[in-house]
Amino acid sequence: MRPGGASAGSAQTGQQHADHLWRHTDPKPSYDAVVVGAGGHGLATAFYLAKNHGITNVAVLERGWLAGGNMARNTTIIRSNYLWDESAAIYEHALKLWEGLPEELDYDFLFSQRGVLNLAHTQQDVRDSRRRVYANQLNGVDGEWLTPDEVAKVCPILNVSPETRYPVLGATYQPRAGIAKHDHVAWAFARQCDQYGIDLIQHCEVTGFLTSGNRVTGVRTTRGDIAAGRVAMTAAGHSSVLAGTLGLRLPVQSHPLQALVSELLEPVHPTVVMSNHVHVYVSQAHKGELVMGAGVDSYNSYGQRGSVHVIEQQMAAAVELFPIFARAHVLRTWGGIVDVTPDASPVIGLTPYENLYINCGWGTGGFKATPAVGWVMAHLVATGTPHALNEPFGLDRFTTGALIDEHGAAAVAH
Amino acid sequence: MLLIRCPWCGDREETEFGYGGQAHVAYPPSAEQLSDDEWAQYLFFRDNPKGPFAERWVHAAGCRRWFNAVRHTVSNEFISVYRPGEKPAGGAA
Ligand SMILES: Cc1cc2nc3c(=O)[nH]c(=O)nc-3n(C[C@H](O)[C@H](O)[C@H](O)COP(=O)(O)OP(=O)(O)OC[C@H]3O[C@@H](n4cnc5c(N)ncnc54)[C@H](O)[C@@H]3O)c2cc1C
Ligand SMILES: [Zn+2]
Repeated sequence: MRPGGASAGSAQTGQQHADHLWRHTDPKPSYDAVVVGAGGHGLATAFYLAKNHGITNVAVLERGWLAGGNMARNTTIIRSNYLWDESAAIYEHALKLWEGLPEELDYDFLFSQRGVLNLAHTQQDVRDSRRRVYANQLNGVDGEWLTPDEVAKVCPILNVSPETRYPVLGATYQPRAGIAKHDHVAWAFARQCDQYGIDLIQHCEVTGFLTSGNRVTGVRTTRGDIAAGRVAMTAAGHSSVLAGTLGLRLPVQSHPLQALVSELLEPVHPTVVMSNHVHVYVSQAHKGELVMGAGVDSYNSYGQRGSVHVIEQQMAAAVELFPIFARAHVLRTWGGIVDVTPDASPVIGLTPYENLYINCGWGTGGFKATPAVGWVMAHLVATGTPHALNEPFGLDRFTTGALIDEHGAAAVAH
Repeated sequence: MLLIRCPWCGDREETEFGYGGQAHVAYPPSAEQLSDDEWAQYLFFRDNPKGPFAERWVHAAGCRRWFNAVRHTVSNEFISVYRPGEKPAGGAA
């Protein structure tokens, strides 16, 4: 992306970009609300602050470039087939928002509801998957259990033969799931924020907070102090670093998560396929690349790269499941830093500091939640109280023990 | 892939090792007297620094012994590796 924001019209998508989607502003001395981090979550928070609550004297501060973090690194899978009621509620709220978002943001970011298959390879996988489908159905989330033959009908290039090392014993299928072009989603939010008069400020790192007793009154940045009525932290993998400046410990660990794309191929892969057990997830981008994600590296890191053996394992699994991928060349690989919680669910809510609200711990799965995060964070910032959708996800659950254990549905080994 | 020095076996590839997270997290001495908050800290909260980090590794596909290391979480440089009960060289952690 060049500094002016989006690139000019791109032939492969048909999307015409304006020459500029947002202004480049210098920080003002004070705002009603400051959002830390211009990833999808931060931008969506600012957007719904304006749209749902009429709060527009807002700045979004970004240490790097807009949406250059995990927002531009993820494999763009959107689904809501999580196990627990709390998760189903927030992810399904997100999916419903996604369904209206291109219109709401007036931007065609290629949201494509091509469905997702979550494969089962062991008897325990089968039982857990079926349980999740029943739970989804009870929660009004579309989902069904497919036998191997039915799986092959949805995705003919998938190898469902019983001869593989970990045969496909079936899959859950969520037809409304899909993918979207992640950077375009960010730009769509950014353009709307800009039109509301919200300042999007890049290359402005928040290095600490201004406080008065137990109240946060602003942020310290590499471009000077900025007073803020309210502060929303949406810093993804770097949340502990930032919270650490207040002496606040978070129940998150930052790990590298990698993805890669192949060279461009003609359309071969009609849906999204994920496998927890052999650990790969694959879809085909609109342009034609196979987009593949792996598991996290085991160790903590902020290095934005991961180990080659993780990619090797993921590719071995992909080739076994999709024999026709065997001759595809890898075009590029990259890593992002994801913040993982002990129960594989995010933290969204209040902090011990008044006027400081936190959203973090989305681990490997926060892209799909982007609009819902914006929705509930805007509510938090505007009203000072959690929205019903994010109330169960507060920091206090680690003390009360009311964990929301989504390791089985979060789908990336961590 | 990282090259990791097991204090007993020497340099081996990362795939031979398992990761154990933060090192030197002692079991609370009088666990039954902890408040819920303190118990939560022990169970669920770990340091997550951007910089030197004292952590545990197990040489799972080698001597199968646990050891400690101080590694920089941005460069991945291993500043020291040391056996249980030992102190890291340079006094970090
Ligand atoms: C390889 C990979 C694959 C993934 N695949 C999927 C997927 O298929 N589906 C899915 O739902 N999710 C996926 N995810 C997870 C998803 O990308 C994240 O959960 C989500 O993007 C996190 O929210 P965000 O967009 O705000 O984060 P980010 O885009 O990372 O935003 C945080 C921003 O905060 C900025 N920041 C940090 N510290 C500071 C500071 N001190 N001051 C100012 N700015 C700061 C960062 O530079 C960054 O731009 C994947 C992630 C990775 C890495
Ligand atoms: Zn050894």
